[in-house]
Amino acid sequence: MQTFQPAALLAPHSSHGGKPLRRIQKTGLAIFAAGLLMLAVSLTGAGHSRPLLFFLLSIGLATAGALIYILPQVKEDPPGIRNNHIFFRGMTARGAPAWLTAAILTGFYVLLYWFPQTLYPWVRLTDPLSNLLSGRPADHWFLYGTFYTLAVLVMGVRMLIRYRHNRYQLIRTLSVMFFQLGFAYLIPAFLKALNQPEFYFSYFWPLKYDYLFPNDVKRLLAQPGGLGVFMVFWGAAMSFIAVPVLTYFFGKRWYCSWVCGCGGLAETLGDPYRHLSDKSLKAWKIERYLIHGVLVFVVLTTALLWINSAGEGRFFGSLSGAFACWYGFLIGAMFSGVIGVGFYPLMGSRVWCRFGCPLAAILGIVQKYFSRFRITTNGGQCISCGNCSTYCEMGIDVRWYAQRGQNIIRASCVGCGVCAAVCPRGVLKLENAAPGERYNVTLEDSLLK
Amino acid sequence: MQHLVIIGNGITGITTARQVRKRSDMKITVISNETDYFFSRTALMYVFMGHLRFEQTKPYEDWFWPKNRIELVRGTLTELNTGEKFVRLEDGQMFRYDKLVIATGSQTNKFNWPGQDLPGVQGLYSYQDLQLLEENSRGVSRAVIVGGGLIGIELAEMLLSRNIPVTFLVRENYYWDNVLPREEARLISRHVLEHGIDLRLHTNLKEILPGENGRVRAAVTEFGEEIPCQLVGLTPGVHPNIDLAKKSGVAVNRGVLVNEYLETNIPGVYAAGDCAEIVAEDGGPARIEQLWYTGRLQGQALAKTICGERTRYQRGVWFNSAKFFDLEYQTYGFVSNEPREGESSFYWEDPGGKRCLRLVYRTGSRELVGINVFGIRLRQQVCERWIREKRSLEYVLEHLREANFDPEFFRRFEPEILRQHRLAM
Repeated sequence: MQTFQPAALLAPHSSHGGKPLRRIQKTGLAIFAAGLLMLAVSLTGAGHSRPLLFFLLSIGLATAGALIYILPQVKEDPPGIRNNHIFFRGMTARGAPAWLTAAILTGFYVLLYWFPQTLYPWVRLTDPLSNLLSGRPADHWFLYGTFYTLAVLVMGVRMLIRYRHNRYQLIRTLSVMFFQLGFAYLIPAFLKALNQPEFYFSYFWPLKYDYLFPNDVKRLLAQPGGLGVFMVFWGAAMSFIAVPVLTYFFGKRWYCSWVCGCGGLAETLGDPYRHLSDKSLKAWKIERYLIHGVLVFVVLTTALLWINSAGEGRFFGSLSGAFACWYGFLIGAMFSGVIGVGFYPLMGSRVWCRFGCPLAAILGIVQKYFSRFRITTNGGQCISCGNCSTYCEMGIDVRWYAQRGQNIIRASCVGCGVCAAVCPRGVLKLENAAPGERYNVTLEDSLLK
Repeated sequence: MQHLVIIGNGITGITTARQVRKRSDMKITVISNETDYFFSRTALMYVFMGHLRFEQTKPYEDWFWPKNRIELVRGTLTELNTGEKFVRLEDGQMFRYDKLVIATGSQTNKFNWPGQDLPGVQGLYSYQDLQLLEENSRGVSRAVIVGGGLIGIELAEMLLSRNIPVTFLVRENYYWDNVLPREEARLISRHVLEHGIDLRLHTNLKEILPGENGRVRAAVTEFGEEIPCQLVGLTPGVHPNIDLAKKSGVAVNRGVLVNEYLETNIPGVYAAGDCAEIVAEDGGPARIEQLWYTGRLQGQALAKTICGERTRYQRGVWFNSAKFFDLEYQTYGFVSNEPREGESSFYWEDPGGKRCLRLVYRTGSRELVGINVFGIRLRQQVCERWIREKRSLEYVLEHLREANFDPEFFRRFEPEILRQHRLAM
């Protein structure tokens, strides 16, 4: 195959840029940069004595700057799909800016998981906010939660503007913003203020694997008051009842692209990178081995822990604990954090969700075999352009099905709806309907008899 | 073993190859002088705009072809010998065939405008045209597009994405009103203007002027206006590419002449897709269909014939779709730009001016004949069924919900549409 690429690809964002930035957007970028600079300065401990001031000057300014940059885009173009130049820009086409961003994100996760003390100057900046919400000083997880939530909210605003013509995307984006802010940030902080255990009602086993590990369950059950018992009940009910029932009715999207925090970050911060997912058949094969491998790993770990716990340590001694430790290191930290988010700019936004998340694996099995959800193909209208496949963050080759007039039923589909949004011929529609007709006859044999 | 040679690796040739492979073990060779692999021609615009890389316009990964034993050959045909049944390429390679499919597609129309062959003047059809556009669009301060069809508006969108101002010369009174009824044509024309295109309706090109460097300097309209520009896009439609067939004794007219089984005058030689001119058995007008969909359907029918199950190409209820900037368009059945004898139409337009629906029906029986829709997605199967079953206008309006194909939570317009109909009664 000839290796023709538009000339601009060779020199990203130089020869023919997008629209020139408006003055207000330049101002926003400058404020954002100033905030980041202050954040870097704060690492020296400069903000120690005046945390609130430095919080506002760094994280506050960066947030404000980002919003000032994003908001004027409402007036930039009429509403519609605007994917212009995505494959020309270094930031979104694996150029130098993307590698730099990946390095910074990855570095942050390494520090967060294994050298959290290096982040303490930043943690101190969030003390006033932590005191306000939970009545106690921040730790590095509160810092992480603050960054995470701000990323979802700010980039959520970007997503709302980008898809302002598409109500499915608007409601879905508001939903992930709501669940991140409420269920994964404010409520856990309030629980701490009430001297209750920190608990995320929007995460459950096996994604939040320790929620059904014996230690956590026992700790919660031992809580005074009924809340701990409720939390254990909630976790188990979500894992074993809500997951199959809701997935039957709506597909895995009810969780993965509407509620989940990992999904929430992918759909907001990760949106500019969704097209980088690998669509090859090979990637699909790797995906199936990996994600189901992780599922087996976590189920085994959980079972071992419970058996050992029931036998009071007689069966496996420290073995099951070691299993849990390794799971936490390999999957919890390395896979979902460092690779899952750190590699956004290089491998797309759903690496963890696609290759690793054991909850997604379960949801996927239910979605594939026992669900009303499918993406319907509109007769013979597909022109094989490839927008749907390209913009599928889960790396599904949507076009393969669409051009055959076949419904798309795939375990990995998170139902984000972007394939349907970018389709220039209105070929795709996410639907819940009677499971019987999901696997339809293909166009190839049906139209011409 | 029988050898099937297909000339052209577009949607028609490739569909034929794939469908033959499903039914038969015969040796299959596909020859193209355009690209090594099948790609989606309709997606070229997205490559230029940076939505896709060219790689992503290929509907099948490269391993697909050897796995399915479809041999792809890159080369230009210089000779087609239907007597001795072989084709020869420029580089001397020769392929003997038992059956041959001509699926050579289209070429851009040119109307002998002075200056139409100047550097900086081009059409947009092939992969090579896209490469040329990359070069021709560099450092351009204005482009002029001539010809108000689907490719013209795509080219306008492409150039705008690179911040190149576009003047769009359209011969008709409204954009595409030789196909669309007045209201729809007006709706698109408004949308085109909103996107900042300098749309000149009812304006013909007179000539293209060269500058000192020998490249295009300006386009002159028949009103005598000289529009300075460094790029001229010629998009007044396409015509069948029959150069090869002409030299080889295969009967041609405007296209390669075939019957409804896509057979040419020479046994074992077939033609399909854009390049074929289909002569109906009932003596109706010969037709050339230049759509992605029809190319695919013809390839499917032809594959059956080649594999021994002689199959007439019947395209069923007509449909087509397009996107004009942000405006999606679908059409089903028959909607003509001027009302035809014995037909009436119901037309609804959203006050926002971005959506409309036209239902054409027989005045007496009120049977549905055709649908035009902008800004709302409809379900093909339902629309086809209604037309096939000759449902009445009233039935269709009352059941419009069943045909809706918009994403979940989208605003629904069926009640408004029905209300307008009732008020008009």
